[in-house]
Amino acid sequence: MIDVNNSPGASGSEPSNDTSATRKNTTELVKATLARRYAAEKRFRFYGIFAIAASLLFLAVLLTSIFIKGLPAFTATKVQLEVTLDTELLGIDATANEDAIRAANYAAVIKKAMRERFPDATKRKQKKELDRLMSTGAEYDIARRVQENPNLLGQTVTLWLQADDELDALIKSGVDLTKPDAISTRMSDQQIAWANQFKETGEVKTGFNTAFFTNGDSREPEQAGIRAALTGSAFTLLVTFLLSFPIAVAAAIYLEEFAPQNRWTDIIEVNINNLAAVPSIVFGLLGLAVFINFMHLPRSAPIVGGLVLSLMTLPTIIIASRASLKAVPPSIREAATGLGASPQQVVWHHVLPLAMPGILTGTIIGLAQALGETAPLLMIGMVAFIVDIPTSITDASTVLPVQVFLWADSPERAFVERTSAAIIVLLGFLVAMNAVAVLLRKKFERRW
Amino acid sequence: MVDKALNDTHQSAFDAIKETVGEFTVADPKMRTKNVDVFYGDKQAIFDVSLDIGNNEVIAMIGPSGCGKSTFLRCLNRMNDTIPTCRVSGSMSLEGEDLYGPNLDPVLLRARVGMVFQKPNPFAKSIYDNVAYGPRIHGLSNNRAELDDIVIGSLKKAGLYDEVKDRLEAPGTSLSGGQQQRLCIARTIAVSPEVILMDEPCSALDPIATARIEELIDELRENYAIAIVTHSMQQAARVSQRTAYFHLGKLVEVGETNHIFTNPSHELTENYITGRFG
Ligand SMILES: Nc1ncnc2c1ncn2[C@@H]1O[C@H](COP(=O)(O)OP(=O)(O)O)[C@@H](O)[C@H]1O
Ligand SMILES: [Mg+2]
Repeated sequence: MIDVNNSPGASGSEPSNDTSATRKNTTELVKATLARRYAAEKRFRFYGIFAIAASLLFLAVLLTSIFIKGLPAFTATKVQLEVTLDTELLGIDATANEDAIRAANYAAVIKKAMRERFPDATKRKQKKELDRLMSTGAEYDIARRVQENPNLLGQTVTLWLQADDELDALIKSGVDLTKPDAISTRMSDQQIAWANQFKETGEVKTGFNTAFFTNGDSREPEQAGIRAALTGSAFTLLVTFLLSFPIAVAAAIYLEEFAPQNRWTDIIEVNINNLAAVPSIVFGLLGLAVFINFMHLPRSAPIVGGLVLSLMTLPTIIIASRASLKAVPPSIREAATGLGASPQQVVWHHVLPLAMPGILTGTIIGLAQALGETAPLLMIGMVAFIVDIPTSITDASTVLPVQVFLWADSPERAFVERTSAAIIVLLGFLVAMNAVAVLLRKKFERRW
Repeated sequence: MVDKALNDTHQSAFDAIKETVGEFTVADPKMRTKNVDVFYGDKQAIFDVSLDIGNNEVIAMIGPSGCGKSTFLRCLNRMNDTIPTCRVSGSMSLEGEDLYGPNLDPVLLRARVGMVFQKPNPFAKSIYDNVAYGPRIHGLSNNRAELDDIVIGSLKKAGLYDEVKDRLEAPGTSLSGGQQQRLCIARTIAVSPEVILMDEPCSALDPIATARIEELIDELRENYAIAIVTHSMQQAARVSQRTAYFHLGKLVEVGETNHIFTNPSHELTENYITGRFG
């Protein structure tokens, strides 16, 4: 005979032993501990605030230093010069074709123009110093104008031309050019005097540095740009995303929704988790051995970079995707199954849309890691000196962090500011990526 | 040791249940189950249960927690297929078709045997899309107008239409608990099932919402066979025509609801309905 008496009526009738004496005692005991508890709470809150303040401070210092160093690189100095496009000096005439126009001797024209502007430069050394005020980029400036309008040949025109990086730095620093002794620069006093003349007559101006965003790398800092690295990064990330996102999401869905729970899936799970912890350079070595030496894919190309970074990104996205698939309430699966949805319909119609915000977050974290990755790309030769903007995923290219690494190694002062500027661009890329993710997440985010 | 003594008494009572008291068959069954055993891994949850579900009747399944009511109910539309460790033996049929036979696809079965769950679980979609989902995946309508008819008809049958007709595009989750549960019922009847299984559909609802659902169940009985698991004996008494009492995985007693509640034949049934354990 069963008599398990646990109905609510039975327990309520027990006699109460809550006398007022014991109750008072309890009040005092609790009171005694209250102060201690509040103190602990306060202390803990203080630790938290301190930690946040400290990390904010570090971040602020870091960003400020990067921005202070990097912002000058976004402007460039141009010099106004009256140039005679003498066909004899240029070595071309009005019938010249495109190639000839590009290859013409603009340097000679510029040199002549500079000497006419500063007739006081008579000595060999002075002439050399004078020539050094202009960038070789000035030649491209003229070439471009002539290409646009070949009728300029033979005429005398006034053009704004790119200045050399030392002159650029001098003008941008805003120092008093009449006191050359107080200026620390590699320029001679004579050069500073010329610069001062330019400045006083309004023949120099600083404007937005378009070259920085349109050029590839260069030995001349004033001509060096991040376009090649930016394009390389974009191509590499595109390959990474196209490979890792579908594969990782498919793997996560299979493992989470369809795979039987047995020893094999356990082994796979452990290995995926381990893969996420493998140092990235190992993936670079693997890529070198497999993709380049064995499969003979082109060296330094975004396709190989993307493949290597996909290997690295896959586990991150798989783990995040599985976690967010797991977080979808089972009641949603039951509801759909109970209505007669096939397992695949359950996943596509209900589970995946609900898991999408989490999956996207994981993807962005993975891609952000990939964007900032340098070491594995060094292994597969993406550290090359890239002047030409890559046009496909098989062209030799480099990526932003590697470009930062390369420029950070250069001694010229102008490269120092370009290093920071490249970091700013990299951060901008990241912010843009995150913004896209936030937008997508908003689109998918629904309550349940 | 108290636990052990308790276990022993349970064990002896359990052993004492040899066969179901009362008539477990009906003349014209919608669903028929015979000698069903269900296992979760090595653990047996249902022992040799045979029970018919008649046309146009509400059959209530009652019993203490963990006695296997949900397990048994979920076998009736093969929801237990989603639990890898679950194994079912014995025979179960819908209109003479073997549920676990090779010819009956579980997807088709679930379209014919719908289910309403304990916790309201609307999809993260609009009210309209919640109800339209089943007809859409099963291709029950040829155009938008037909689909509209199905959705509105189902909402009306579930007694929800008047409350939501102005906001069919609002998310299903924006409704109150009782409305959500009626939405789930509307969603289930939108695919025109023959049987509706309800697993404690009111346990998460307040008394007013509960009364609303009970009324609805009574109306639905005209067109569907309904099996409802409930914790509330009053509810079983109010909505059902037949009642089955489960105990530790065995079907102890089944019969006319009036009879079970006024004059139970088995000692365990009597103990349960008189509130001596629950
Ligand atoms: N997914 C599962 N895996 C293993 N055991 C389960 C599972 N679901 C239920 N059980 C067990 O089966 C027995 C019956 O459970 P259930 O059918 O949920 O009971 P009820 O609905 O009557 O409260 C319980 O002992 C429970 O622990
Ligand atoms: Mg249950």
